[in-house]
Amino acid sequence: MSEIKNILFVGVGGQGTILASKILTEGLMKSGMDVKMSEVHGMAQRGGSVTTQVRYGEKVYSPLIEKGQADVIVAFEKSEAARWIPYLKKDGYLVVNDYEIYPVTVLIGADKYPENVSEKLKTIVKNTIILNAAAIAEDLGNIKAQNVVLLGCLIKALKLEHINWNDVLQDIVPAKAIELNKKAIRVGMET
Amino acid sequence: MKVIMSGNEAMARGAYEAGCTVASAYPGTPSTEILENFATYEGVYAEWAPNEKIAFEVASGASIGGARSLTTMKHVGLNVAADPLFTMAYEGVNGGFVVVSADDPGMHSSQNEQDNRLFAPHAKVAMVEPSDSQECKDFIKEAYKISEKFDTVVLYRSTTRVCHSKSIVELGEKENVGVKSYNKDIKKYIMIPAHSQKKHYEVEERLEALREYSNTSTLNRVEMADTKIGVITSGISYQYAKEVFGEKASYLKIGLSFPLPDKLIREFATKVETLYIIEENEPYLENAVKVMGITCTGKDLIPVCGELNPDIIRKALLGVSPEQTYTSDIKPPSRPPVLCPGCPHRGIFYAVSKYKDIIATSDIGCYTLGMMAPLNVADTVICMGASISAGIGIQKASLMGNRESKIFAFLGDSTFFHSGITGLINAVYNNSPIVTCILDNRITGMTGHQENPGTGKTLQGKPAPEVDIEKLVLAVGIKSENLRIVDPYKFAETEVAVKEAYKSTEPFVIITKQPCALIKSVLKKRVNIKCVIKEDKCKKCKGCLKIGCPALMFRNDVASIDKNMCNGCGLCKQICKFDAIEKVGE
Repeated sequence: MSEIKNILFVGVGGQGTILASKILTEGLMKSGMDVKMSEVHGMAQRGGSVTTQVRYGEKVYSPLIEKGQADVIVAFEKSEAARWIPYLKKDGYLVVNDYEIYPVTVLIGADKYPENVSEKLKTIVKNTIILNAAAIAEDLGNIKAQNVVLLGCLIKALKLEHINWNDVLQDIVPAKAIELNKKAIRVGMET
Repeated sequence: MKVIMSGNEAMARGAYEAGCTVASAYPGTPSTEILENFATYEGVYAEWAPNEKIAFEVASGASIGGARSLTTMKHVGLNVAADPLFTMAYEGVNGGFVVVSADDPGMHSSQNEQDNRLFAPHAKVAMVEPSDSQECKDFIKEAYKISEKFDTVVLYRSTTRVCHSKSIVELGEKENVGVKSYNKDIKKYIMIPAHSQKKHYEVEERLEALREYSNTSTLNRVEMADTKIGVITSGISYQYAKEVFGEKASYLKIGLSFPLPDKLIREFATKVETLYIIEENEPYLENAVKVMGITCTGKDLIPVCGELNPDIIRKALLGVSPEQTYTSDIKPPSRPPVLCPGCPHRGIFYAVSKYKDIIATSDIGCYTLGMMAPLNVADTVICMGASISAGIGIQKASLMGNRESKIFAFLGDSTFFHSGITGLINAVYNNSPIVTCILDNRITGMTGHQENPGTGKTLQGKPAPEVDIEKLVLAVGIKSENLRIVDPYKFAETEVAVKEAYKSTEPFVIITKQPCALIKSVLKKRVNIKCVIKEDKCKKCKGCLKIGCPALMFRNDVASIDKNMCNGCGLCKQICKFDAIEKVGE
């Protein structure tokens, strides 16, 4: 059986993990691969910890990624990277958005947000890429494009630049946001 | 043509291709997107009904009327619709009738983990289970054929991972089955005892015929490879089993899972050395196989509770744990779901949170989150509509126990239409002096914004009359002096209403009116409205944190408001004692 690649998107409800994985999945299908994606809807979306999983290769059975099997983890929020690193494969890539979202538990002082997350992650995982996608997206014109900046970075880590991502964006993203997203994916790939 | 589809999108496509023309449902995770997608196809009628029982009955009528019909619901929705299910099992169909039950193993977004496969033998209807998006589409077409061939309702059982996983689907053409003629047939469609007594025999005969069919149906498939291990499985568990054992096992993959293919199971069992039953939650397949006198292993090793995955199967059956790759000592904070920034429910919860001696009965929907700290306004959540009725019960118990308890029941507009209204009628009829808070945010929120009888629009985008909750409440007998309608963004007004409700000795209703902050038009309207902290006036008292707004934070001894999250609802500004918050951008 040929190798299956596993991509785990993690973040906080409302950050756009689903759209990013949708673009990825569509591109992979167009390049002729079998692909499965799994996402969580409903209550977890209200500020909870959310994951979207993408698996691709010649033939994919389970839509779920197992512990220690993710080739890349894309963390839309810093501390979420720490929560999910047991899922990262040895020598896998950890793409981390340098962005913090404090849950209400932290805001009211019932829980603490960890310190020096980026530095610690770098010492644990050799292939850690940290970027401030929120700031990059804001520079490009809209903070909401941070998910596509991160997607660009992931595409580079997976060496999937040969797929025509602009075409995929054309099909998925609303017309008025296409130019912004094209820029965002390119900047992500160049990071 | 090949496309990527979620299981829900594929089920909608399958129903469309099968020539289904009438569909009715009530939203519920993980089933909601089936109807949302079905509604977009040409030449179909699709509606949101006020609850699953209504939806089931509309689809039943459509079937009797000759149309291939569909109803979809989450697992607990089938409890609501169980009444028509058990009798439609006797009446059978005219146009094919498929009932989708979307179960939620792992309870990602549900209050219990019931396994609705058990409904099929209980109600005596055929059951079909898909395991990926392609099957979601193809099997539903087969389900309509089974329904019409055997004159039976078909329970189409899916789970969260099938509904919300996406995989590649080869599309097909729409069958032109049309709508059959309707012929009056009272022995079939009127279940008086004289008719149903005969019908029961027919139902048993039908099940025997279906059992024979199950043995030859293409929905049940044998995949022989290594015969040391044999696996009987269905639904998503098949994918997990293949992931774990690959070609190192043989499989009996069951797609028509009631009635089960007895001959196929016996034959498969003789061909393999060790027989495993791999299934999520209840030992439905396992019990059936054991009743046949066949030795097998299932729930002795695989847990009943929680969602299954390949890791769990590997550990249970092979004793192999996943390789430990990376760990860290970073402790990520817990992230319980919370009311969104600018959520209009926050104001009344904060107002009620000041009364420490009340009992708050909550309901299914976003307002369940009133339970979270720092608001802590919820004592109970049972099922749709139970806020009012369970509240009545607690009030009656208090009465019998000589306790004084004021009950505040919380539910939303959609849940009120679903099954809250009957509870309110009971509160009035049996004189229960509870306070019912109807949080009218003009949408079905938690499931992702569906229209409902109060929104003025149908599922297919047509204008509709808006049910007037205020008039409805008065019509069931709430006195006008015991009704308050407030804007929950206006805290003083909300606080007064809560105070009056607290003191009331009669059934009392508060309706809060403010649309969900996430509705697109609301987002657009409020995009530039923000609350900002005036640092020179802030005394760092942290009083504003008591409303539990995710946009408000206190970091490095400074209070601040996240401008990307805030929608300027202004609740924090109104409760700040030092006038240290201002609203900008109006």
